[in-house]
Amino acid sequence: MIERNPKRSEDSPLRRNLTKLRRNKAAVFGSTLILIYLIVALLAPVLFPGNPSAPNLVRSLERPSLKNPLGTDELGRSILGRIIHGSRVSLLIALGVVLVGLMIGVPLGLVSGYYGGKIDFGIQRVTDTLLAFPGFLLALGLVSVLGVGLKNTIISVGISMVPIYIRLVRGCALSVREQTYVEAARAVGTRDSAILFRHILPNVMVPITIQTSLGMGTAILFAAGLGFLGIGVQPPTPEWGAMLGSGRAYLFHAPHVATFPGIAIFLAVLGFNLAGDGLRDVLDPRFRL
Amino acid sequence: MFQYVLKRLLSTIPVLIGISLFLFIMLRMLPGDPAQVLAGQMASPEDIKAIRHQLGLDRPIIVQYGLFLNRLVRFDLGRSARTQHPVVKEVWARLPNTVLLAVAAIALACLFGIPAGIIAAVRPYTWLDHLFTSMALFGISMPVFWLGLMLVVIFSLILQWLPAGGTGSWKHLILPSFTLAAFVVAFITRMTRASMMEALSQDYTTTARSKGLKEEVVIIKHALKNALIPIITVVGLQFGLLLGGAVLTETVFAWPGMGRLIVDSILARDYPVIQGTILIFGLLYILVNLIVDVLYAYIDPRIRYD
Repeated sequence: MIERNPKRSEDSPLRRNLTKLRRNKAAVFGSTLILIYLIVALLAPVLFPGNPSAPNLVRSLERPSLKNPLGTDELGRSILGRIIHGSRVSLLIALGVVLVGLMIGVPLGLVSGYYGGKIDFGIQRVTDTLLAFPGFLLALGLVSVLGVGLKNTIISVGISMVPIYIRLVRGCALSVREQTYVEAARAVGTRDSAILFRHILPNVMVPITIQTSLGMGTAILFAAGLGFLGIGVQPPTPEWGAMLGSGRAYLFHAPHVATFPGIAIFLAVLGFNLAGDGLRDVLDPRFRL
Repeated sequence: MFQYVLKRLLSTIPVLIGISLFLFIMLRMLPGDPAQVLAGQMASPEDIKAIRHQLGLDRPIIVQYGLFLNRLVRFDLGRSARTQHPVVKEVWARLPNTVLLAVAAIALACLFGIPAGIIAAVRPYTWLDHLFTSMALFGISMPVFWLGLMLVVIFSLILQWLPAGGTGSWKHLILPSFTLAAFVVAFITRMTRASMMEALSQDYTTTARSKGLKEEVVIIKHALKNALIPIITVVGLQFGLLLGGAVLTETVFAWPGMGRLIVDSILARDYPVIQGTILIFGLLYILVNLIVDVLYAYIDPRIRYD
């Protein structure tokens, strides 16, 4: 009699959040965009067989047509084909960048927040220094030292994200370390590493997840910016920013060359931003903007 | 107030030391001999030897850092490997253009973003709110360099109203500053909306309304005044984003600022100029944050006494 709907009470927080997320139209739209990009990236060789970088000068700078729905670039390559294959590069960059940020930023943030004192002071001064440079400029500076290319783009943009993760995780770790369950774990002699990764880390997963989604959008934008400037991923790799950069030279008589890669970047970043915003609204409404 | 400014000035010292260390390490991370890199490809062995001695590269690392700091304090950043001009001269020549572009963009962004945020907060969940918040999200997601190129296509190629690039008149400033403003307006709109919504839900706003004050007075005098701190914070923070965006915008519009200088220097591997530009960008960012902090203390005197 008391439990009229036992099924409802058994709802896990995960299921509840998923239901909330499904009701958030913007988040559903964002997640759908990401899903489409993922499918396109996975099926790229099926959707556009052949080498997307192979030149065909006879078809140089053709306008959109039935044969080439988005037209061709200066070397006669299908822009649609290069955008399809470029989705693999951009998603790889987004994943790689976030991984670099997470792998360096999360442990440093945890240690900084949990131990405090001199360790915290040292890590925070390094963070302050990195934050003194706008993210894109930091990535630019690092690329100038490491050199151009896919790997160095991922490392440079990834490092530019590290201070954001450090600050985020440190803030959460600072508040969690004072909780009774952490004190209890310490009192029964649990090792620091176990406390950090078993008790504190799960409690900072929500902001990390949100930041990761938003960070992927930023990573795609930064990497495309570097590619556009000619100091990111190098041609003939089909990277959207580099495609846009080379299309700039033909802006006045073939504007389609620069237009479509830009739309591809915009929709991918929009997808990650909408999904990130949706996650924040559902998981951490305090930070809703 | 003076004490507060002094305290805030002193707190930038560790960051300045950090920046100097970053630049020092950056140069040491370069593959090969830094003296060779600084001297450029065409330098003779004698030149390289002279630079090595001049930079103290033949001395212990701590002495090298000391010498580097000494030169940095005197703004002696060496000479450009490309033009052989002093780096400081090259950077200073470009600085006013970047500052002009950044100030124009931030002014435009505030001019649109703050009213849009206020309207969205005053009429939450209406079509106007949805319109402004959607525009904000689009602005955040749009690659600035693509937007710039599209504006060139529309306003220079099709309508032929504005020049596609370069400098010389106020007309040249319009497209680059709009492009750069679109990049930051989104953050300002979102933050204004959020902080205004919070201010409008506070007791003091209800009290002001119950006193029979006009709605405009409640919004501007009571809510906006209290919502200003987070708005100023976000404007200050966006300045950094704007400097990053300036690199791309200046490239799109062939605007002769520091952003283009750094890109050209990276492409030419002109490290002294890269170092100098990064240093000035860092200093500019610190300066803006300092101004923002002083503004806080001016707007909210409680901060001074904390």
